Amino acid sequence: MTTRTKPRVRGGIGEDVVRPDGIPKLTGNFAFASDLVADGMLWAATLRSPHAHAVIVSLDTTPALAIPGVRAVITQDDVPGHPLFGQEKADQPVLCDGVARYWGEPVAVVAADDPETARRGVEAIAIEWEPLAPVSDPEAAENSDHIFRRINVRRGDLGAKGEVVVEGYYEIGTQDQAPLGTEAGLAIPDGEGGIDLWVTSQWVHIDHGQIVRCLDLPDHMVRCHPAGIGGAFGAREDMSMHVHISLLALITRRPIKMVYDRSESFVGHVKRHSARMWYRHEATPEGRLVRVTAKVILDGGAYMHTSAAVTGNAAFFAVGPYVCDNVELDVVSVKTNNPPAGAMRGFGVVQTCFGAESQMDRLAQELDMEPLALRRLNALEAGQPFSTTGQIIEGAFPTTAIIDALESFPLPPPLESDDPVHLPGGTGLTTPRSAVVRGIGYALSAKNLAFSEGFDDYAEARVVLTPVGAEVHTAAMEVGQGLVTLLQQIARTVLGTGHVAVVWDDTSQIGSAGSTSASRQTQMTGGAVHAAAVALRDKVLDDHGADELREDGAYRDGERVATLEEICASGPVDHWIRFRHPETEEPDENGQGNLHPGYALAGHRAVVDVDPELGLVRVVQIDTAQDVGKVLNPKALMGQVEGGILQGVGLATMEELVIDKGIIRNPTFTDYLLPTSLDAPHVNAVFIEEGDHWGPFGAKGAGEPPTISSTPAVAAAIRQATGKALTRVPILPQDITGT
Amino acid sequence: MEFVAAKDLDEALVAKANHPDAEFLAGGTDLMVEVNLAHHRPSSAIGLRRVDELREMTDLRIGAGVTWATLESHPHRALAQAARTVGSPQIRAAGTLGGNIGTASPAGDGLPWIAALDGTIELRSKDRGTRVMPWREFFVGVKRTAILPDEAIVAVRIPEDTPARQEFAKIGVRNAMVISTVSCVVTHGDNGTTVALGSVAPTPMRATRAEEMINAEKNPSEAALAEFARIVSEEVRPITDHRSTESYRRHGAGVLARRLLERCLS
Ligand SMILES: Cc1cc2nc3c(=O)[nH]c(=O)nc-3n(C[C@H](O)[C@H](O)[C@H](O)COP(=O)(O)OP(=O)(O)OC[C@H]3O[C@@H](n4cnc5c(N)ncnc54)[C@H](O)[C@@H]3O)c2cc1C
Repeated sequence: MTTRTKPRVRGGIGEDVVRPDGIPKLTGNFAFASDLVADGMLWAATLRSPHAHAVIVSLDTTPALAIPGVRAVITQDDVPGHPLFGQEKADQPVLCDGVARYWGEPVAVVAADDPETARRGVEAIAIEWEPLAPVSDPEAAENSDHIFRRINVRRGDLGAKGEVVVEGYYEIGTQDQAPLGTEAGLAIPDGEGGIDLWVTSQWVHIDHGQIVRCLDLPDHMVRCHPAGIGGAFGAREDMSMHVHISLLALITRRPIKMVYDRSESFVGHVKRHSARMWYRHEATPEGRLVRVTAKVILDGGAYMHTSAAVTGNAAFFAVGPYVCDNVELDVVSVKTNNPPAGAMRGFGVVQTCFGAESQMDRLAQELDMEPLALRRLNALEAGQPFSTTGQIIEGAFPTTAIIDALESFPLPPPLESDDPVHLPGGTGLTTPRSAVVRGIGYALSAKNLAFSEGFDDYAEARVVLTPVGAEVHTAAMEVGQGLVTLLQQIARTVLGTGHVAVVWDDTSQIGSAGSTSASRQTQMTGGAVHAAAVALRDKVLDDHGADELREDGAYRDGERVATLEEICASGPVDHWIRFRHPETEEPDENGQGNLHPGYALAGHRAVVDVDPELGLVRVVQIDTAQDVGKVLNPKALMGQVEGGILQGVGLATMEELVIDKGIIRNPTFTDYLLPTSLDAPHVNAVFIEEGDHWGPFGAKGAGEPPTISSTPAVAAAIRQATGKALTRVPILPQDITGT
Repeated sequence: MEFVAAKDLDEALVAKANHPDAEFLAGGTDLMVEVNLAHHRPSSAIGLRRVDELREMTDLRIGAGVTWATLESHPHRALAQAARTVGSPQIRAAGTLGGNIGTASPAGDGLPWIAALDGTIELRSKDRGTRVMPWREFFVGVKRTAILPDEAIVAVRIPEDTPARQEFAKIGVRNAMVISTVSCVVTHGDNGTTVALGSVAPTPMRATRAEEMINAEKNPSEAALAEFARIVSEEVRPITDHRSTESYRRHGAGVLARRLLERCLS
């Protein structure tokens, strides 16, 4: 191989490249899944269970079919193939199989000429229920052995004891992803018994496998296309309407469109697992962790979805980025009649990070140490065994560097103004400056990147060089996070051309990219594109005896030896790849093994102003240090960091689905509160670029870490301001006032 | 749903007299939410946005069609403060005081101000003309009022002798665009102190015992202020729901009333 000179290209890695879909989205010219239309299409609407647990005594769809304009109604009896679907385990009926197991479970779907007629059709279906007692208490579910997955981590000497002991019980409420775009889709019959499908998704290939099975069709007859997605955060890892509208399209032979409204969206996707956690930390008098013991119950709701993998993450990250040789964890996800839980940003780690970091603060208090000093003393670093799994840490793991960075941020000035915008209670004018107490809190987190525990995790990509530039082909889902820009930047940097288009292939055109989740696409599809582009470039350079590829051709010693036209004389040059991360293995019966392909760390310092008498808070500032491997696009990265922090602030202070005996009491944006711009803290970030052992240019995934430790940091700050234990998030006003 | 865009008040009243089950549509920020959630499907609606008479405004009489955006700079300080907390800029541009009164939600942020100033509701119908009703008689329950099927809300009237000081505040779980878990207006002037609260009873309410207690004090001491807050907490009649708890609302009502009184006295 010849030596390659450094590429000179616009819009390569490290730049604040503007998103290709940014302006179209801002100006309303981008087609989200909900914007799609087709000639002659029908609209679908769903009948859902009004009970958390009930038997269908009778179901009659004929009154709906009698309404003019209603074209078809499907129930579970109409499902031609496998009656069940599910990502990890097919356990959920496509439509209710006679017993509704959660509030809002789909029972029947109506297709009609317009949305209003479809809704009237839903109302006309005659259905009689016999309610059953719902299992809504996760502890009761565990006692009755309704278990999705149980992990018992046993590491080290279980007789070990520390002289200093702190115990705590913690809870985390149910958070919803609340993506701005609700579930939406369009299914178009191809006239030959097959379907083209566009639905909000994070992983079209995993959908595809489930859909063909339920429809009993060969693979090639269903084509899942990446659609325009308005946010995901895990909500779209599991299927919603996919089979319903496909089946209706097959039956009616017409395109079927469906869009969930906001309230339906709240029951139409999985949520973050609520959790109950009992922790005991034992340490030496100097503060070294001797032993961590915990029991964690995650409420998985009625069907499994990704509960097993979430349980794994909750267990294996239950200690945090700290050295601890003796660990005993019992972590379980249970089956209840609550709304199904699944993936949400942070995926199990959010829960146990809140427990573990709250415990670290308790321990620091018990030892009369500064919170960061205790964390520094116990900091886990690369090359050491991971505290829960025993896996020797490979790749960057800069715990101490994160602590150093957190310590070096200046504190914000004290409250100076009486402007309500800067006070707890905001425009409500509740709080004079004199009623405000400021608190500061810290938290750290470690999260695995990509799929773990022996999962065969890969991403396919194809890079094509044409006379006008390059194309990147992938089925990876762009859900708003900016993968499209990163793929362009990576390809530009490797291929030396500014002209890179990302082409979203459907499931018949390319293999799986894996899910847009687990902070994995930057490394996985980014890694695939990088590897494919490098192979393509090297082939072109070798073929032409060149040492550099540029926008207008191949060069040797600064002289052009071939134009792009000449390079592509016999057609576009392409390279396809299936990219895999370092292999992992399943845990043994003690939860030990090389389970994780890599990690990303983050640390947060929260400064929070509290009005203790009214229990109102304002998060003033969050300073964060994040282990990102390498910054590929500073602005996109900051977007992930600010957005993730705000989601963490939301969980700490307001976001909770109130679920009462299985029924969601607040499925609207009136009552499921998300932070507004007045609730958004000022964010300062430092990025630690220590280059990971795999992934493009050493970059790590960065989507989840911002949301994980921001929640416990805010909680810690509120505790510091109020002196209250505050063991449950979200922390509501009445928790602070004790009324 | 049929829709008539009334050009003036007479046309609106005629339409309402002919279709008593029609709904008036002002800003639509309550009504259309109900329609979208399928809680309510009116057969027809009478649009009020073109009705200029409803947008008339003086210090003592505010037309039902005046929007929150306009009220943000109203000379009545507590009303302007309340207006600034309603929803978002989009909601304030469309939503009206009349719609807030028509909905009569316990959490309506304009209502405590009307109660604190002993406001009256001016109603009009095609056949019986104008009648003016004290707020206490008008608000009869959760989202229930004494309006008759052929009547429109025309304005809110405030007695001439307005107190020198008035202050509004509301508690919500986030710092903007939030439904009140407690709202409060306190006024103070030559005729003493009034305290009105929202979100703590089926209708807006006055804390009359607390008013009596504090009006007996010349220069309220710390202890008197604490007692005042305690009585407010005792007098309110809140519930526990998914937005807050009964006990927090009691506590918050007392704290807000005391803080607002302190603001009035300062
Ligand atoms: C996102 C959002 C945020 C909100 N935030 C707040 C808030 O912070 N505080 C708050 O108090 N409210 C809030 N609201 C509720 C609503 O905006 C207010 O109640 C507003 O004042 C309603 O006015 P409108 O003109 O939009 O009423 P409409 O929706 O047009 O009407 C409401 C009701 O009043 C009746 N009505 C209207 N005008 C008349 C009339 N002249 N005569 C007789 N009946 C009439 C209508 O028939 C209907 O029944 C919010 C709503 C939304 C959607």
